[in-house]
Amino acid sequence: MAIRVKDYTNKQSPLSPGHRLCPGCGAPTAVHQGLMAVDSPLVVVNATGCLEVSTTVYPFSAWRVPWIHTAFENAGAGVSGVEAAYVALKKRGKISEDIKFVTFGGDGGTYDIGLQSLSGALERGHDFTYICYNNQGYMNTGAQRSSATPRGTNATTSPAGSVVPGKLQKAKDLTAIAAAHNIPYVAQTSLYNMTDVAEKVKRAVETPGPAFVNILVPCVLFWGIDPALQQDICKQAVETRFWPVYEVVNGEWKLTYKPRKRVPVEEFLKPQGRYRHLFKGEEGAKMLQQAQADIENDWVKLLQRCGETWTPEE
Amino acid sequence: MPEVAFWQGNEAIAYGALAAGCRFFGGYPITPSSEIAEIMAEELPKVNGRFIQMEDEIAGMAAVIGASIAGLKSLTATSGPGFSLKQENLGLAYMAEIPVVLVDVMRGGPSTGLPTKIAQQDVMQARWGTHGDHGTICYSPASVQECYDITVKAFNAAERYRQPVLILSDEVLGHMREKVVMKKLDPTQLVNRKRPNVVPEKFIPYLADPKDDLPCMASFGDGYRWHVTGLTHNDWGFPTNNPEEIEKKMKRLMRKIDRFRDDIVEYETAFTDDAEILVLAYGSVARSSLSAVNEARSRGIKAGFFRPVTLWPFPDKEVEKLARKIKTIIVPELNCGQMVLEVERAVHGRSKVVAQSLVDGELFKPDQIFKVIEEVA
Repeated sequence: MAIRVKDYTNKQSPLSPGHRLCPGCGAPTAVHQGLMAVDSPLVVVNATGCLEVSTTVYPFSAWRVPWIHTAFENAGAGVSGVEAAYVALKKRGKISEDIKFVTFGGDGGTYDIGLQSLSGALERGHDFTYICYNNQGYMNTGAQRSSATPRGTNATTSPAGSVVPGKLQKAKDLTAIAAAHNIPYVAQTSLYNMTDVAEKVKRAVETPGPAFVNILVPCVLFWGIDPALQQDICKQAVETRFWPVYEVVNGEWKLTYKPRKRVPVEEFLKPQGRYRHLFKGEEGAKMLQQAQADIENDWVKLLQRCGETWTPEE
Repeated sequence: MPEVAFWQGNEAIAYGALAAGCRFFGGYPITPSSEIAEIMAEELPKVNGRFIQMEDEIAGMAAVIGASIAGLKSLTATSGPGFSLKQENLGLAYMAEIPVVLVDVMRGGPSTGLPTKIAQQDVMQARWGTHGDHGTICYSPASVQECYDITVKAFNAAERYRQPVLILSDEVLGHMREKVVMKKLDPTQLVNRKRPNVVPEKFIPYLADPKDDLPCMASFGDGYRWHVTGLTHNDWGFPTNNPEEIEKKMKRLMRKIDRFRDDIVEYETAFTDDAEILVLAYGSVARSSLSAVNEARSRGIKAGFFRPVTLWPFPDKEVEKLARKIKTIIVPELNCGQMVLEVERAVHGRSKVVAQSLVDGELFKPDQIFKVIEEVA
């Protein structure tokens, strides 16, 4: 489903400028790039989080499409109701248009408190797309750890200190969990490449039945990065294989980008303030080794799932 | 020498909990309570305690119940939406008689409401939020110092009466900074749950001492057999459908708080001796109210001040006694009128009760309350 960005440059984004998200925030970019190539009329369901709170500051809304804010834990259930009502209204001839339903949730509202609600919606088979804009922490409430926060991260509820080097647990593999629901389309991507995000979300939306897209986006404030580095940091996440990009279509796993050269994880971690402590002392060095080991292990597993033998050049 | 600190209310609650012997925190970040979790995350490991961030508030409440059963004094903290999510497990703690402390730093509701704004809309939820009958112990601090002191008291009450104890703070108090003096606590000021005083074979987990209606509590791993369930149970902790056993359990759950009502109830008064008008307020609103009462006194209006420190049990007898000689009671609240119903119930029509509601996300300014005092004077 190749798309040409040029074809969409004049298309209005469902999210207008003037919202209150931070400069360099990855969440609005995920919305713009993701929905860029979607041609159908949309309804957006938004879980509580930065995207919700900062795009709807009274008396303004930045959304140009029908939009509903649920609570923190129930975006999956909320969209289920909206989609089911649409199906019923359509059947009775009250709606003639083909409307698509897209849900946005951060990693807190998706990996943690909203997982049950998401799982239920995926299993019931509603025709909708769930997009997780994953910035690896509870950034709206001040950078607490989430189950998407990587090992070794300094977060306010997993603080790095002289004894404990930040979060000790590995991030949950939510994309694989979504794929385990045997739904027609699952994808993982990041803001490293505009067309990849646009193509995957377009495919997700146009696929009948439930679809899930996990997009790694930076939080400028709590990743501690230069706002201008949004795309670069995402690129490093993909090149270091810290965040491999792939899709799972009807159960078939496929790598959608193969990094040519082997790039050490430090290239992704070093520019970020939340990993500053890893570049000091013995404990930090151990955590860096661990981070690289995690990547290698996950890569082997992913290759197996994809039936690939690709290894980046040294 | 007492140590002095300049803290936010949320910090005072966290350090108060540590001073009370709290060694476990299970919770989930939510504005405006997150600082409590953040401090516990940093401080608990230093005292061999354990902090766990759970996947949601439901899990946070369940984890503190588990930790308490395992033998640690346990705390969770939240705000409106999280308080709603915790209600079912709160009921489990009432039913299974598990000591835990739950802090709700109140913000505006319903639903997501006003995450960064003050409200007092959870007062009735604190009393009746979980389904089923139970006694409630709920404290309402009005200063940062009191946040510290009350948290110690709350742990003591939870341990003593073997049930959850609630602290209703609010957004202003949670984020306001004031001086706090940390009084040295000696071990005699800290209450610990009654441990079994019989050999494991003779232990009947919910058999209460008739002198206090409180059963002894074993910890998991102590060797005492204890069946923990949310089903209505008999003295052995096993589910029962026997009407006598059901009634025995339910009546005792209520009685274990009712009979100690006078020990639990706390309140503060000012200028009540000759008062004709009484302002009854709690939490941050009590600060504006006392200021308004002082202003009224300076202008010769006979105004008095009453602050329930325990919202539940409500100091109804004390309010009723005052109502005999007071013309009008003003109840300013940051909700559409919740505690005022309890005041009306307590005074039995002996004085006029005037509700003053503010639900715009702001705290009362003293002159707003003073104006009402002037009107009724």
